[in-house]
Amino acid sequence: MSEPIIKIENVNKWFGDFQVLKDINLDVSAKQKIVVCGPSGSGKSTLIRCINRLEEHQKGTIVVDGTELSENTKNIEQVRAEVGMVFQQFNLFPHLSILDNCTLAPIWVKKMAKKEAQDLAMKQLEQVQIADQANKFPGQLSGGQQQRSAIARALCMQPKIMLFDEPTSALDPEMIKEVLDAMVNLAKGGMTMIVVTHEMGFAKEVADEVIFMDEGMIVEKAETKEFFANPKSDRTKLFLSQIL
Amino acid sequence: MSSLQLIKSNKQNFYYFLYLGLFLFSISILDVTLNAFLKINITAFLPNILSIFLPLIIGFIGLNFIRTEYSGIKSLDLINKNINTNNFNSILTLLIIFALIKATPPSLSWMIFDANISGDSKEACTGTGACWTYVKVWLRRFMYGMYPNDLHWRINLAFILVIALGFFGFFLRNNLKKYLALYYVIIYPIIAFLVIYYLISGGSFGLVWVETGAWGGLSLTFIVSFFCLIFCFPLGMVLALGRRSSLPMIRYISIGYIEFWRGVPLITVLFMSSVMFPMFLPEDFFMDKLVRVIIAITLFEGAYCAEVIRGGLQALPRGQYDAAKSLGMGYWKMHIFVILPQALKLVIPGICNTFLALVKDTPLIFVVGLAELAGMLALAKTNPKWLGFAMEGYVFAAIIFWIICYAMSKYSYNLEAKYKTER
Repeated sequence: MSEPIIKIENVNKWFGDFQVLKDINLDVSAKQKIVVCGPSGSGKSTLIRCINRLEEHQKGTIVVDGTELSENTKNIEQVRAEVGMVFQQFNLFPHLSILDNCTLAPIWVKKMAKKEAQDLAMKQLEQVQIADQANKFPGQLSGGQQQRSAIARALCMQPKIMLFDEPTSALDPEMIKEVLDAMVNLAKGGMTMIVVTHEMGFAKEVADEVIFMDEGMIVEKAETKEFFANPKSDRTKLFLSQIL
Repeated sequence: MSSLQLIKSNKQNFYYFLYLGLFLFSISILDVTLNAFLKINITAFLPNILSIFLPLIIGFIGLNFIRTEYSGIKSLDLINKNINTNNFNSILTLLIIFALIKATPPSLSWMIFDANISGDSKEACTGTGACWTYVKVWLRRFMYGMYPNDLHWRINLAFILVIALGFFGFFLRNNLKKYLALYYVIIYPIIAFLVIYYLISGGSFGLVWVETGAWGGLSLTFIVSFFCLIFCFPLGMVLALGRRSSLPMIRYISIGYIEFWRGVPLITVLFMSSVMFPMFLPEDFFMDKLVRVIIAITLFEGAYCAEVIRGGLQALPRGQYDAAKSLGMGYWKMHIFVILPQALKLVIPGICNTFLALVKDTPLIFVVGLAELAGMLALAKTNPKWLGFAMEGYVFAAIIFWIICYAMSKYSYNLEAKYKTER
């Protein structure tokens, strides 16, 4: 395996007295797809939010594509420009049209020319099949369309890594599929992905590795087939029995 | 709605009740109107106490007849839903209508029918009503203060120029639209200041120097409000961001500033600016009184603006910050493109509130000897030739202020409607 693109070593994090992450170690190599699952409150969202430093970790090191995350603001912005993120609540900018949502960061962060950014945005919107909605505002779109726009927006920064924080949890059941399809397409395109999700079907189809977290620790980390076929720890077995 | 419930209409006799109710209601209104306008009492034959309460009783019964759950007649349903929901409301409605009718004739006769406007001295006012002659004679003073009469065109021209420059932004070509904010926040105030300084103050280009002590009246109200408004808004924005900054130093300075200025009364600030402040300045350094007052009000109102804007910043969900950061935007890009556009939209009503209060606070500059509209009134009413017309003056000023403030709040509603996007 080549040099990992994300290296997480002995990461610990506390919210006040409460320890959310306990000695997390994780290497992700380029083009790998990892699904993180676990009960709520297990620290999985916090973990991926640490990867682009929306949360700070207090102990340990996180290195993303050769850049260590530290107090250095320049480093953080550089890492964030390379790491795309999709949120549970979509978090589109409601005052901008879908197209402007997609071109804002490329134009102002990557200093791309406006025309070029728009072409890129339209291409990405095409990929997630909402090019026809480009001039609408987020509030006029359905949840599934909004989440696909959010994916397109993240992709417009041409990131090397994509983080998904429960992308389908806030959606109506009918709309989950269209978002998952977009993610599957992205995975087939060779993107490095870390996905926090409860969609085990998606995990089976796409993931190279599945991580099970509980109480701030990585309880089990295994190749996808292995993970579902014979989970080792009892906690994992219990979780899978409830979710499948 | 139980014990007092009178006979109720049903489907069959609905229109019978409706017409009867309307008839009774009209009778009660008519009675009060005749009484108020023509001093005719059609119920004079009744005992005194009954005669007074009769319109209320008849109107009450009438409204009770009209009240139905849902009729399908639009205006009727509107009345029932808003002013006739229950017995208590119908009585309140009637009392308010009666009070309005009763108050109309005396105020109309004072303001119009018995008022005088002709002539140009106190003696021309012979009627029992208002003496608008006073306002007419003093109008120039109320508008321009002690500014020399033959130079008033300079003030007019300056205002026309400033307003024209304000509209200039609307006609910018599309590719220059992105500089609009820059124009309004920085360039426009500077140009406006220069225009007002060179035209109204004079002293160069062959214009006679007029010291700011002579400025006054409504034009001074406009000048003070205008500059305070455009300067206190950016100041408030910076303070609001500072108060939420992650750097303790900036945060504490902002908090200290806001709490200090919110804690002192404006009138003390104005006193300080004109009496205390010059003592701290070097001997040969001179700053005009008007400029000091404008700075003082700006600093004062900036603190209020800051808190209003902070409210907007806090109303935004955290996800907006997360999303902007995750796209690699730094602090300034995040705030300029994502946070502030949304937050400022939310605080338009609050900002309008602050601005209205600011405009209505400007008369306080009288305490440092600057006589804007209300100040000129206070001076004029003590003029020996024109004693006894304070009322007319203040009614006039109230109308002017109301027009200004109403225009401002209308504009703010328009802004709200314009920037309302789907959320």
